[in-house]
Amino acid sequence: MTSAGPATPPRALAESGKPLARLSGFARHAMAIASADLLKLKRDPTELFTRAVQPLLWLLVFGQVFSRTRAIPTGALSYLAFMAPGVLAQSVLFAAIFYGIAVIWERDLGIVHKLLVAPASRSSLVTGKAIAAGVRGLVQGVIVFIIALLLGVHVRLDPLSVLGVGVAVFMGSALFATFSLLVACVVKTRERFMGIGQLLTMPLFFASNAIYPITMMPNWLRAIAEVNPLTYLVDALRTLMVMGAVSVTGVPLDFAVMGAGIVGLIVAAAWLYPDLAR
Amino acid sequence: MPAPESAIATDGLTRRFGDRVAVDRLTLSVTPGAIFGLLGPNGAGKSTTIKMLTTLLPPTSGSARVSGFDITTEPARVRRAIGYVPQLLSADGSLTGAENLMLSARLYDIPRAERKPRIAEALAFMGLTEFARLLVRTYSGGMVRRLELAQAMLHHPAVLFLDEPTIGLDPIARRSVWERLQQARRQFAMTILITTHDMEEAEVLCDTLAIMHAGVIAALGAPAELRSQIGPDATLDDVFAHFAGGAITEGGSFRDIGRTRNTATRFG
Ligand SMILES: Nc1ncnc2c1ncn2[C@@H]1O[C@H](COP(=O)(O)OP(=O)(O)OP(=O)(O)O)[C@@H](O)[C@H]1O
Ligand SMILES: [Mg+2]
Repeated sequence: MTSAGPATPPRALAESGKPLARLSGFARHAMAIASADLLKLKRDPTELFTRAVQPLLWLLVFGQVFSRTRAIPTGALSYLAFMAPGVLAQSVLFAAIFYGIAVIWERDLGIVHKLLVAPASRSSLVTGKAIAAGVRGLVQGVIVFIIALLLGVHVRLDPLSVLGVGVAVFMGSALFATFSLLVACVVKTRERFMGIGQLLTMPLFFASNAIYPITMMPNWLRAIAEVNPLTYLVDALRTLMVMGAVSVTGVPLDFAVMGAGIVGLIVAAAWLYPDLAR
Repeated sequence: MPAPESAIATDGLTRRFGDRVAVDRLTLSVTPGAIFGLLGPNGAGKSTTIKMLTTLLPPTSGSARVSGFDITTEPARVRRAIGYVPQLLSADGSLTGAENLMLSARLYDIPRAERKPRIAEALAFMGLTEFARLLVRTYSGGMVRRLELAQAMLHHPAVLFLDEPTIGLDPIARRSVWERLQQARRQFAMTILITTHDMEEAEVLCDTLAIMHAGVIAALGAPAELRSQIGPDATLDDVFAHFAGGAITEGGSFRDIGRTRNTATRFG
């Protein structure tokens, strides 16, 4: 450090009030958070592989057995092809829904406190976390995607479809991770969070179109599935990933629901995030 | 902007948690460039005071200005002007020292071209240059504290808040933190508010001490002044016992102790 005297901190662009400068400040802060988080992933990628085990089992065991029974009407698709995007979405959900644990860990130390006294806006901090979760999901998605390919699912490989799958996986991860962060902000302790996490994942998974079509469901379950964001993620993935699959809800609606969900959750999480330091 | 007369000024600052008044109508003022020590038994309200001044916790009533900015109406400006090392551990153990500093540099809008030199300077200042590329998880307690100080000072804040910065450190590590704080104050004319349980630290480091007890300030003055109030041969321990006496056995919930221990054991 030089003896620069009581340096006035750089008048930040973010404070200058111009919308464009604010936006660039927001983006820079979000990227700072995201890249710090992703450094950790780069350093310890083992979790990505351990997390690939479960989808592999679903596809190999559950998928193979149910393919034989033909108990589930999946139209022109084989059951394995039908459920592969569902299992991809499931792996995204199960990984993202426990993202809040890391945030509680950061609170139990004092990392959240440090972030919250920085001049970055709360929404940029939360957005940074969402972006990091999106990238984590993407890396994991690649693994499940390859497994599906190896199992002989007729996967669409044209660039636009693959890109669409990537975007959907990114958005799904960001959405459920932000939801998880929101829950963490409310419950604040690891024990309560684990309880709630367990409680949420299975209903979210079964009340969706991941492993059976909505048309098979009794009305009450169908009503739940139709407000479950996982349904829209699965629909987008299935349509974009599997040859011959037909969208039920419409891909534009799928992305619109996920986009709106992410924005709403980020706003709510940014509002509650400071509670973690109180 | 004209220099504010007080680096920190509080007026009736109060915080309740349910029925419990953690900080009770606190009114104090810290002159720019001073090292101000906040002493008091567990549960006295020291951390709560710091959390309000750093905008982490909204006050129940009263007001405060830090570096001339109001903590409730101008929190963003306050945050830009301050550095803070929480009582808990705030460096990220799964990042390296340099990565922790880079995160701070980016969050504090230090321009890209300045980041690397600023980080190198901060590492050198804190004697961490050779450990910059090691994971913080592998640091000793003293190194972690110095890194946290480097993070908190990277943007050259006008006011630095340190919540028990030397708890759990061995005597040598403690001294090295003190020396760095004194040097930083000289170089950057920084105002420092520090909480501590350590009377030696209070004596060596602080220009002014406030002894806090049950949310109120029981005594205020320079260390020598406080000692002479009690008696000719009084130590700061005597001063502390006099003004916060009895509190040591009754104060401090299980929660407080747990949190303190948490800090002391660091990464375990
Ligand atoms: N988030 C909270 N919810 C409820 N009570 C709280 C909370 N934070 C602090 N308190 C209570 O307020 C009082 C003051 O706590 P504070 O942490 O400010 O004390 P302290 O002086 O920093 O103590 P220590 O020396 O143990 O760090 C204590 O009785 C504490 O239990
Ligand atoms: Mg404290």
